[in-house]
Amino acid sequence: MTTATSAAGRDERLRETTWLRRLFSRPELGSVAGFVLVLLFFAVVAGDSGMFSALGIINFLEVSAQLGIIAVAAAMLMIGGEFDLSVGSMIGFAGIVVALPAVEWGWPLWLCILLAFGVALLVGLVNGTIVMRTGLPSFIVTLGGLFILRGLTLGLTRLLTGRTQIPGLRDVMAGDPLAPLFAGKVGQGLMQWLADMGWIAARADGTPLAQGIPMSIVWWLVLTALATWVLLRTRLGNWIFACGGDPNAARNVGVPVARVKTGLFMFTAVAATIFALVQTLSVGSADVLRGQLKEFEAIIASVIGGCLLTGGYGSAIGATFGALIFGTVQMGIFYTGVNTDWFKVFLGVMMLVAVLFNNYVRRKATEAR
Amino acid sequence: MTTPLIEVRNVSKHFGSVIALEGVSMQVYAGEVHCLLGDNGAGKSTLIKTLSGVHKPTRGEILLDGRPVVFESPRDALDRGIATVYQDLALIPLMSITRNFFMGREHVVTKGRGLFRRLDVKKANAIAREEMARIGIDVRDPSQAVGTLSGGERQCVAIARAVYFGARVLILDEPTSALGVKQASVVLRYIAQARARELGVIFITHNVHHAWAVGDRFTVLNRGRTLGTFRKEEITREQLLEMMAGGRELEELSAELAEFARADAARAQREAAVEAEVAAELQQELEETRHFAEEERALHRQRRQSQVPE
Repeated sequence: MTTATSAAGRDERLRETTWLRRLFSRPELGSVAGFVLVLLFFAVVAGDSGMFSALGIINFLEVSAQLGIIAVAAAMLMIGGEFDLSVGSMIGFAGIVVALPAVEWGWPLWLCILLAFGVALLVGLVNGTIVMRTGLPSFIVTLGGLFILRGLTLGLTRLLTGRTQIPGLRDVMAGDPLAPLFAGKVGQGLMQWLADMGWIAARADGTPLAQGIPMSIVWWLVLTALATWVLLRTRLGNWIFACGGDPNAARNVGVPVARVKTGLFMFTAVAATIFALVQTLSVGSADVLRGQLKEFEAIIASVIGGCLLTGGYGSAIGATFGALIFGTVQMGIFYTGVNTDWFKVFLGVMMLVAVLFNNYVRRKATEAR
Repeated sequence: MTTPLIEVRNVSKHFGSVIALEGVSMQVYAGEVHCLLGDNGAGKSTLIKTLSGVHKPTRGEILLDGRPVVFESPRDALDRGIATVYQDLALIPLMSITRNFFMGREHVVTKGRGLFRRLDVKKANAIAREEMARIGIDVRDPSQAVGTLSGGERQCVAIARAVYFGARVLILDEPTSALGVKQASVVLRYIAQARARELGVIFITHNVHHAWAVGDRFTVLNRGRTLGTFRKEEITREQLLEMMAGGRELEELSAELAEFARADAARAQREAAVEAEVAAELQQELEETRHFAEEERALHRQRRQSQVPE
């Protein structure tokens, strides 16, 4: 009896240490902890400002979700050992590729959406092929892409319409089969029920202030789940880690490095297109300046989420929490009434802290035990 | 006589104007450790890269089980059972032992179909742990990063991986060169184990002591040519060492050193002669000066004496 309990006790202690060690060896630990801190901070500072009402929560989740969509893709690419600085320009470009034919030439919207995805795949393919064929750093190649795509967006739009904005998407969205996938909301019934029960705020006529969960949040969660599944449980995931960790070693054991990396470039371009569709269709207009600086925000979110700049390490869940910190702080600063100028200072500091923390974690992870 | 597992016949490899290999031949049989010895730049790396499908030979042929083959890629060679463990190991420090173990071969531990095809992590971990245990390395947690292992242990992960995936010929590129004595012995023991499993092992090294400990036959390369293949009983360790260092080069080196010494001596002699000459001249000058001074003094004396009577 006594031996049994002591054995069980020892066993339990053992399990606890490995559980702790496992937790510490997870790349997303820093971003989860950071998110909890940020949440606690705003709960204290802005607890009664409406930030944590149903509408407020959906607001900051939506901001996080939009960034999260591209951050997850950027994180996967970064784990694969490359950067894509053309993501932001791709967002603007995809918006125009959808809006221009749909509004100006009267094409059906669903066709334009498919066209945009086609163009995105092509852009990703070109990015990936140039990087893999020339061996140039992706930083430089996609920096070129950043300017080329932005310039094309601006040039084509002005050439064909004489303006830099294409409004009027709302009219062509009506009855389109694909548009609700990006601009719709889900869970209206749930929100209505919550409002009926009096648990969330409602208007005088009984409809809830937060009418549903925007599709951007759905896309974000689905992409995070998908990316995590791929990274942790599939052959492709192992290849992505291998490509980023040491492309030569990966090639030597038969990993098709060029194909994997090119595929990742295509995925980031597609994610940028999803971002563009969500934004353009919910606002109802395309603008040539959409998505500026988003490439850096995506990289910052990935780094906060534990991705190493050198590749081979990181997680999609981490990037999602990185985006969540982003969105929470951005909206939190708005709700607390602090001048939003300070947001960027916070971002920079947050990223530096994250990088220092990541370096420490990596040293720990590769130290002989 | 049995057919060799793999045979290289008269293989040459040129890179532009550089002749990396010239007419090299060797055979490797199942159940033997064939050591490939040679100094830096002898062509060892080129030879194994040719064997593992990285390079195609400029001339000559490779025979696998007695039949000529051309390896299209490292993957092609690997699929035919020729596994190369490179110096850099093709292991990724930040990835777990299991992930490294199955890297590039994940399909053997997947389950499910179509889109739901996934890694069977439990099974993969169990296999990795078991294979490591077979070489006598107890891995507590196969999900720990390879970077946390010691050099010898990493080497063993790479070798165990190759053996597990059905290698018939195992090419080991300097597996012991970066290791301490104790860790090297772990690797050497495992090489002997691989031989016992009827694998053909090609062991590249420039450490004669490590080669001698496990080798059955030795091929010595020097400047892209083979100096011959020797069975262990035909040769001594010292002879191997001498061949590796390249007897002719050593002779050249000592001749060069002698030339230096001679030149030094000659210069010293020349300098000494010059010095002597200079010294002699100085001496002469000094004497002349003294002589001159004496004459002058004598003159003075005469003048003073002639003046006194006035």
